Amino acid sequence: MDLLYSGIEVLLRWDVGLALLVGSVGGVLIGAIPGVGPAVAIAILLPATFSMEPIVGLTLLLGIYGSSMYGGSIPAILINTPGTAVNALTTYDGYPMTARGEPRRALSLAYSASFFGGVFSVICLILFAPILAKIAPMFGSREIFLAALLGIVLVVVAHRGHTLIAAALACFGIFLNTIGLEPVKYSKRYTFDQAFLSGGIDLIVVVLGLFALSQAFLLLQDQDENIRTTRLRGGLFQGLRELARHPRIAGISASFGVVMGMIPGVGEFTAQFMSYTYAQKSSKRPEDFGRGSSEGLIAAETANNAVPAAAMVPLLALGIPGEALTAMMLSVFYVHNVVPGPGLFFYQMDFVIALYIALLVLNVLVLVFLLSATPALVQVVKIPNRFLGVCILILSFVGVYSLRNSATDCAIAAGFGILGFMLKRLELPIVPIILGMVLGGIMEVKLRSAMTRVDTPLDFINRPIAFILFVIIVLVLALHIRRAWLDSKLKKDRKWQTKTSSTRFGTQMYRRRSSLSAARGRKVRATRSPYAPRSTDRS
Amino acid sequence: MSDDPIRPRMPRRGQLPFALIFTGLSLILLLQIGRQTTWAEGTELFAQPRFWPAVALIGMVGFGALHIWHLPRRRWHREDTFEAIKWLRVLEYLGWFLVYVWIVPVIGYLPASILFAPALTWRLGYRSKAMLGLSAGFAVAVVVLFKSVLQVRIPGGAVYEYLPDALRSFFILNF
Repeated sequence: MDLLYSGIEVLLRWDVGLALLVGSVGGVLIGAIPGVGPAVAIAILLPATFSMEPIVGLTLLLGIYGSSMYGGSIPAILINTPGTAVNALTTYDGYPMTARGEPRRALSLAYSASFFGGVFSVICLILFAPILAKIAPMFGSREIFLAALLGIVLVVVAHRGHTLIAAALACFGIFLNTIGLEPVKYSKRYTFDQAFLSGGIDLIVVVLGLFALSQAFLLLQDQDENIRTTRLRGGLFQGLRELARHPRIAGISASFGVVMGMIPGVGEFTAQFMSYTYAQKSSKRPEDFGRGSSEGLIAAETANNAVPAAAMVPLLALGIPGEALTAMMLSVFYVHNVVPGPGLFFYQMDFVIALYIALLVLNVLVLVFLLSATPALVQVVKIPNRFLGVCILILSFVGVYSLRNSATDCAIAAGFGILGFMLKRLELPIVPIILGMVLGGIMEVKLRSAMTRVDTPLDFINRPIAFILFVIIVLVLALHIRRAWLDSKLKKDRKWQTKTSSTRFGTQMYRRRSSLSAARGRKVRATRSPYAPRSTDRS
Repeated sequence: MSDDPIRPRMPRRGQLPFALIFTGLSLILLLQIGRQTTWAEGTELFAQPRFWPAVALIGMVGFGALHIWHLPRRRWHREDTFEAIKWLRVLEYLGWFLVYVWIVPVIGYLPASILFAPALTWRLGYRSKAMLGLSAGFAVAVVVLFKSVLQVRIPGGAVYEYLPDALRSFFILNF
């Protein structure tokens, strides 16, 4: 109880409160503009938060992270364009509701479901925190190394169909992290005798290039769209009542969000699709899904909003970010010499509790803001794409240049901007690069310290948690290899079926049946048509 | 719908040139490993400075090569050329950005932003006074928010040195 009071005390500070308010309102606005997204906003704001206290900076970034998905549902429902990537599933049922004249109902339902998901996950985590505080100290160097390795493996296998390039890009991230002076022997690695590479490549520079500058380039080359929004009529509170009629779907979707959010590398997409599939399979009217089903909308929005709070668990408890946004937040900890991990739960539990309560308050603030300001907020989606590109370019400059006042950093970020632009055009994943960079550094340090304490390779997994993590890694890889093998078998079968054809006369005739019957049909129609010209060769 | 249900829908254009550039550069970097990293005598393999760059580069080359082998189309198509031209076209905006970076320490953050935002807006084809005014207003708002309010570290312009004493320090600190 004392911890709860001290957490509330931290939040009652004016600067923390202001950061929470700015972050939550700013996050909704950013989420509502298609083409910006929380990653761009967090990347731009990161250097500005370095001058703030850790709790203030993190509250601001958490505000953006937690509220952007609320805002992202607005364009997803009204104009069929997801504001953030994770709102894609909201368009399935949200837009059909708008099309049949129920935009208010859809928005209200989305806000209520998001609110439920957000609050549910925070309450789960507050209850879960004491257990986490007991488990976290069991993680030594080898367990953290294995957890980081599991994170990379999961990120790679989560990109189904892009697994190979995702693995290559994760390795690229690990490589980027090795550039510069090696921390123990102080020998240079891939500096090519250039002074600017001796200090290594800053994570923020890479993040700003890959997320912000690439998005600016993409928007600058894009076309402006003529967007028409629908007028909103009716009350926005009906969603809360409707949500109360589907407690099972809301509860299970939020649970999926919490569990998936805690697993590094999995995140919102998996949680959403699992809860959506569950909702569809268990629904009495599965045929309504994709055609404006309220259950589908509840499943999608509840699951994705339950993730941000849960995603803080591996970051705070182990110092391992599960996705790009929490990887960016990790740099705020490092700048202030606050080391996330088991120690944080042991020595600074009030800090952790304050963050959780901040997330809880954030959800209330955002809901109140949205219920009162939605009609005005709808206008934000009308900002032209290319003008948005100019705005992001100007903001990206602040982010990169304010780090070290270095033009070289800007040039490097611009280079990564081009790489990000290419990856986005090709629809290839960017997140493995960021996680490779962050987790690669963790793995290097932890493997070195872990290997000094083991005699044989098997000693590495002789502790229970290390063994469990190792088994999970092996299982994930084995399942992925099996799935890849089945996919390739299926592909081969399909190829065989289309390329190998029988040469039997009967089969040839059977294949030509449509053309033969069509020709015969034409002939028959020609002979029977009252408008056909008279012919003397009628049979 | 994609013609191959096993793979998620992704554009085929540009996949081959990207994979070739990525794997080719990775291979060049891997070949440089002897020169660019050192091998410390009497140190365990896992603690070698060369260990992690080697792991990463072997992964990049290996997975990159497998990705090329696994591509749905491994022959150059003219769509690939068009896509590569699109990548090159974006260099123009990269140039705009670098010019902005270059002029900020010379003429100052506020004047550079007020010049840059409307100029790029004009270049994009917006000719209305409202849009040009909006872009200039946005530039001023960003400068005031980040430099004056949040006090992020962006140096004053060299031209501020020619301002009168009282104004000079005010401009260096706030704009």
